[in-house]
Amino acid sequence: MSDVADRVKKIVVEHLGVDAEKVTDNANFIDDLGADSLDTVELVMAFEEEFNVEIPDDAAETIVTVGDAIKFLEKNAA
Amino acid sequence: MRRVVVTGLGMVSPLACGVEETWSQILDSKSGAKKVEGFETGDLACRIAAQVPFGDGSNGTFNPDQWMEPKEQRKVDPFIVYAMSAATQALNDAGWKPTTYEDQCASGVLIGSGIGGIGGIYEASQILIERGPRRISPFFIPGRLINLAGGYVSIEHGLKGPNHAVVTACSTGSHAIGDAARLIAFGDADVMVAGGTESPINRLSLAGFAACRALSTAFNDEPTKASRPYDKDRDGFVMGEGAGVVVLEEYEHAKARGAKMYAEVIGYGLSGDAYHITSPSEDGDGAYRCMAAAIKRAGISASEIDYINAHGTSTPLGDEIELKAVERIVGNAAGKLAMSSTKSAVGHLLGAAGAVEAIFSILAMRDGIVPPTLNLDNPSVETAIDLVPHKAKRKEINVALSNSFGFGGTNASLIFRRVS
Repeated sequence: MSDVADRVKKIVVEHLGVDAEKVTDNANFIDDLGADSLDTVELVMAFEEEFNVEIPDDAAETIVTVGDAIKFLEKNAA
Repeated sequence: MRRVVVTGLGMVSPLACGVEETWSQILDSKSGAKKVEGFETGDLACRIAAQVPFGDGSNGTFNPDQWMEPKEQRKVDPFIVYAMSAATQALNDAGWKPTTYEDQCASGVLIGSGIGGIGGIYEASQILIERGPRRISPFFIPGRLINLAGGYVSIEHGLKGPNHAVVTACSTGSHAIGDAARLIAFGDADVMVAGGTESPINRLSLAGFAACRALSTAFNDEPTKASRPYDKDRDGFVMGEGAGVVVLEEYEHAKARGAKMYAEVIGYGLSGDAYHITSPSEDGDGAYRCMAAAIKRAGISASEIDYINAHGTSTPLGDEIELKAVERIVGNAAGKLAMSSTKSAVGHLLGAAGAVEAIFSILAMRDGIVPPTLNLDNPSVETAIDLVPHKAKRKEINVALSNSFGFGGTNASLIFRRVS
């Protein structure tokens, strides 16, 4: 697992209070991990913080699974 | 009008998490005031407060994880967690768990707070200044709004009836219980989860209330002596935190399901001082009229009141004004009346004060024992009323009144009677 994936999964576990084994690449934040629309906003903020990157709203809307987040951050994070 | 009874009690106080855990310490003359823990106080005029004892949940400590998921706690100010605890305790005590759609729609919530999430607003404004608007959490607003205490409670317990909140400073808890009782009396609900909650202890609130000259500042080295209602040396209130919640229920509804009934809410009175933003009217007119309104509503005479849980905050002005208003209203019956201020033990819980004090009034009636006014060494005025100094005492109580008065000149009185 990449370093980015590790850090993303840790944030998801902390913010959504879910078991680490549920946080797979295919896990959808809302459908599989019990997040609501506000949780997803906060998750994106936490990714921005952790990776020191700005995620614009239109990009944030495309991040719906754990894998989406990892992919975006591997590409865009410094 | 339909009759309203109290069928459940719940509390988080500076003495303990739990109604009985708090009450036994009140009767033992224990004080919850301490030097403030958790943040820097060196530059504050008041460095003491009555804080909720956090712990693992044993020995009456408050373990937030028992009442709300850690992931949810992170989103809200403590006043919401306290409300969740007190409301869950009260519903468990009442044995009321609405599961059918009809029962859920007949069960509502009315929990208020004086200032809500002031701690979280203070922290978020620092983030805004230092790091900009994009760092403000989406949970900042819903975790600070006063009615979100009731919002969370309704979601947790499936309460789909009236969903309301009160904000009347230090009268909040009493107004919440009184208004909720009226919703039941009018038929808007059969069951209401009602009370007040507050988590005000932070640098901003201590600085603000000290600037109003409302806080005690002379007892920073002797915190348990600071809250001393009616005493000559009183110099302001001690800030407290916590929540009090009761389950109110329509009498026949409670009877039909065999619920225990602690008391009946027989009177509720409201008035405004129309005088000053922080000082009570000097002639005690506002306090007098709200007690008179509650007594009229109850259909009793003032002489029937056995016990008054006073607003009695330990401020130089307020205590004597309330005392004079009570003397005026009970007249010749002053000699048989007991009146004490439990703020001497738990401090002033602001928006939660009226609710925890309503509960103390009900327990005094249940147990036939009057809680004490701590630190009342030298009363500043003479009175025929027994102010119950230092030690609790036995007294049969059939009717109890609880007073609350708030900034803005907002007053509320509740009257409870044993259920016959």
